Amino acid sequence: MADTQRPVSPHLQIYKWQVQMMTSILHRATGIALAVGILMIVWGILSLAAGEDAFNQFKICMGSPLGIILLIGWSWSLFYHLCNGIRHLIQDTGAGYAIPQFVRSSWMSVIGSVVLTLLVWAYVLTAGGAA
Amino acid sequence: MSTNAKDLRNPLKRARGLGSAQSGVSHWWTQRVTAVGLVILGLWLVLLVLGLVHSDYATARAAVAKPWNAVLLVAFLITAFWHAVLGLQVVIEDYVHTRWKEIVLLVAIKFLAVLSVLAGTLAVLRIALGA
Repeated sequence: MADTQRPVSPHLQIYKWQVQMMTSILHRATGIALAVGILMIVWGILSLAAGEDAFNQFKICMGSPLGIILLIGWSWSLFYHLCNGIRHLIQDTGAGYAIPQFVRSSWMSVIGSVVLTLLVWAYVLTAGGAA
Repeated sequence: MSTNAKDLRNPLKRARGLGSAQSGVSHWWTQRVTAVGLVILGLWLVLLVLGLVHSDYATARAAVAKPWNAVLLVAFLITAFWHAVLGLQVVIEDYVHTRWKEIVLLVAIKFLAVLSVLAGTLAVLRIALGA
């Protein structure tokens, strides 16, 4: 913590739970997750350039149970950060700040991200095999 | 804004618009501009990857080697890492309260991002130029 002795503001447990709290926290959390996930994308590109053996190694890792779990997490993080990011860009114009709109757009980010994730994985699975 | 008699700021200071941090809104603005870019590039990358989900090495390599895909992939890498550094910077500034750890982390994420972009770009170029 800070070295200063000044009073600090109340923390999370003080407040009544609201969906806007969750969307705000999730936006930051998924952003951090994606910053790690993009290293996986770089790894994929590097292995593609390195040759077939390296690329197969990459595919085996991504197709492993742990790899699939990470990919599901990263894909949802991507879609959540995308949906909620668009929401923030709209809000940056000054629109959508009335409380009912704010709550509704929060839920739209959450539901939209889950729907997009399900659609993508339904496509991956129906297109045959995993990863 | 018209001149306000109560505004004690020098007009030149307001015209420069750099604020007390001397960098104005450039961090905020750059994060939004890269966000808009990533909405487009992110959706494009999702479609590219989904199209390659079950394809073999040669097909994946040929797809990345296409000029437009190579250009957009490099654009994605630069934009995504730039956006990630801006976001992680805020997270670090918010939660790391020991000054030397904060500085080390802020510099480390920039080094890691630049190295990743350079390595990823070189890999894309090797694929695109058939090396």
